[in-house]
Amino acid sequence: MRLYLKYLSIHIKSQMQYKVSFFLTVTGQFLTSFSAFLGIYFMMTRFNKVDDFSFSEVLLCFATVLIAFSLAECFARSFDTFSGMIGNGEFDRIMVRPRNEMFQVLASKLELSRMGRLIQAVIVFAYAIPASGVAWSADKVITLVLMIISGIAIFSGLFVIYAAFCFFTTEGLEFMNIFTDGGREFGRYPLSIYGEGILRFFTFVIPLALFQYYPFLYLTGRSANVLYILFPLVGFMFLIPCHIIWKIGVRHYKSTGS
Amino acid sequence: MKKYLSFFRIRFVNGLQYRTAAYAGIATQFAWGFMEILIFKAFYNADAAAFPMEFSQLSSYIWLQQAFLALFMLWFLDNEIFSAISSGNIAYELSRPIDLYFMWFTKNLAIRLSKAVLRCMPILIVAAFLPSPYGIVLPFSFLGFLAFLAAMLLALFTVVAFSMLIYIATFYTLSPLGIRIVALSLTEFLSGAVIPLPFLPDNVRKIVEATPFASMQNLPLRIYSGNIAGSEMLRGISLQVFWLTVLVLAGRLWIKKALKNVVVQGG
Amino acid sequence: MIELKNINKTFKIAKRNAGLSEALKALFKKEYTCVHALRDVSFSIGNGEMVGYIGPNGAGKSSTVKIMSGILHPDSGECIIDGLIPWEDRREHVRHIGVVFGQRSQLWWDVPVIDSFELIRDIYRINSTSYRNNFEELVSTLELADIVRTPARQLSLGQRMRCEIAASLLHSPSILFLDEPTIGLDAVSKIAVREFIKRINHEHKTTVILTTHDMQDIEALTERILLIGKGQILLDGSLSELKKRNSSYRTITLEFNTGNFAEIPGITLNNIIDGHAVFHIDTGMISVSSAISELSRSADITDISVTGATAEEMVVSLYEEFKI
Repeated sequence: MRLYLKYLSIHIKSQMQYKVSFFLTVTGQFLTSFSAFLGIYFMMTRFNKVDDFSFSEVLLCFATVLIAFSLAECFARSFDTFSGMIGNGEFDRIMVRPRNEMFQVLASKLELSRMGRLIQAVIVFAYAIPASGVAWSADKVITLVLMIISGIAIFSGLFVIYAAFCFFTTEGLEFMNIFTDGGREFGRYPLSIYGEGILRFFTFVIPLALFQYYPFLYLTGRSANVLYILFPLVGFMFLIPCHIIWKIGVRHYKSTGS
Repeated sequence: MKKYLSFFRIRFVNGLQYRTAAYAGIATQFAWGFMEILIFKAFYNADAAAFPMEFSQLSSYIWLQQAFLALFMLWFLDNEIFSAISSGNIAYELSRPIDLYFMWFTKNLAIRLSKAVLRCMPILIVAAFLPSPYGIVLPFSFLGFLAFLAAMLLALFTVVAFSMLIYIATFYTLSPLGIRIVALSLTEFLSGAVIPLPFLPDNVRKIVEATPFASMQNLPLRIYSGNIAGSEMLRGISLQVFWLTVLVLAGRLWIKKALKNVVVQGG
Repeated sequence: MIELKNINKTFKIAKRNAGLSEALKALFKKEYTCVHALRDVSFSIGNGEMVGYIGPNGAGKSSTVKIMSGILHPDSGECIIDGLIPWEDRREHVRHIGVVFGQRSQLWWDVPVIDSFELIRDIYRINSTSYRNNFEELVSTLELADIVRTPARQLSLGQRMRCEIAASLLHSPSILFLDEPTIGLDAVSKIAVREFIKRINHEHKTTVILTTHDMQDIEALTERILLIGKGQILLDGSLSELKKRNSSYRTITLEFNTGNFAEIPGITLNNIIDGHAVFHIDTGMISVSSAISELSRSADITDISVTGATAEEMVVSLYEEFKI
């Protein structure tokens, strides 16, 4: 929407004022995900394969999750830091404006500096895409793109759920980290390595596997099931319960103040 | 001395206030530890021979790491200190009759200990009941257990001493963000927080083990399960003492210099 | 037209405990206290009225304002503003109200104020003609021409508050909620802000609800006062009524060379510094002229003045009277 673009231009203008802090955050993020990469590198060098996936295949998986997460963080950051917004009264200001609250919260932050992980991911992709031995045809490319977009949606949805919980309590929210940061950290390996139970959890409850695993099977040629390409789209539907939980949260806020 | 004890008590009680946060935190850490162990299990399944330690030793490592996260992880830094430095409020601290280094040191110790005490018991208890080799094993010998406690204490002090250097560094840059970021990402990997050091190739590992980072969690966690024992253990502990001394001396010298600058510039 | 009928609102607040044993107990069982923020609150405000909403902290002022803005909904009771229920028809209702929070800014910090204004224009979907008219009017009456291109973070508090008020009026709201609008401002800015509020109330018939602790704001702007204490409306009347209530109360200010003041019934000493003394007299007990003669017997008076109670003093005595 045009209004969203207007918000974006204000954010970009405003962040350009803090160049030093911007570069530092980007660097920091890059170094942190580089740390994660080193972990994978050393483990894979020692063991060669995990759950029958090769080093470059794991890297593909890692990079996909990293891109999806960093873009979700970049755009949906305001949900990730939502407790502050309630605390300082900014949400009250949002409630006094004649626009959808969720839209306003989404538009209220754009953190380009979250792109540090993105840069790491792109570099990893640059290596992994040719090295992975995947036969890159049109359908495979589409699969990869859908994986990333769906990942962005699902991570954003998780941020929204976290924000919605902030309406009810300011404590105990650490738990959501398991799915957001955890999703990013544990998603660096294909989700099948954790066993059947966990895989099923991440398929039906928090659908990370819908973008990170099943289409990945198709991508790497382990499965010829064309339907797997569509799984990421099913992942999009995760946003529906997220939205509902958000609405319940807003209603609760209107009944109890802050 | 009483002053420092009361700092400690206030922090401690403060930490206990947040009940739900405590429960959620424990659940989070438990889930985290669980997933980490599963990753290693997958690798173990791939090639058990290449696994550099007993799987049960690894599980103990992970669970102890989670239980005592607040003691070992460098990213538990004190924001109050950062904002006091960058806002110039540090000038007020200087007008009080306390040794700033000592005060920060004890403050950080208190924060970390209060966080750790809350978390460690539930995690350790649950981990004790997990089926082996996923759970935590009993310490392999009494002497080893004592050594573990000593190493853990030294590790905590080393971590805090290193944090002090980070705080002092911000006197010079006014941007705590930059220092934190670089310091944290470096130390995370080198201290064995990403993957335990035995998983690194031998030549890399030897270099890392000589750094102060290896004294931060790597040593105590491995002493516990017997992965490090005997003379290696003694060597490790003496290295810890060495690095702790170096870090504290460096910190005290540096803070004196930094504070002189503050006084000259007027904060 | 604002109408509130029998509004009730109760909050549950978790108890926090000091001390080690209490804190450990709290780990296992949570205790709550009930705060009755609003009890049977009713009042109505007509179009174009300017009302001062006063009361001690925690009395329920902000809860009432939140209910009227649509941010909070009450446990029971009715609130109808211009035919809408604020919390139910939020987006429609909010289109017509403006809110200024004295301590929190709605302007984006690092970009020029004019960019914030333009974003607000887009959020409220203000059509370009009204925007231009409002913008020009606000800039000229609030004297923003020099500062409107500066980022908000570089403005002084007074400048920022003027921009803040302008921002809340860009969409021509029919009701304006002002929460401590002059807090922290210097005397010149305070006067400018008050003049401006009077003006828009007069010219645009904007209904203004002013929540403040600054009694000079009240004296300068509002005739009608709503006093709330412990969740209940204790007084709904005019400033002149209030003055009449305190009509037996006078302040005598003295300048003197030397003086030795004994206790005189009906006269209480408020403060005395260096040849300057302030007395309060209760005209029910002693007439003004008697008081003056008594005082002149005790001191070598060089100057004297007699005034009625200030709004500040009236409110303090009100608080005492209602025990809030």
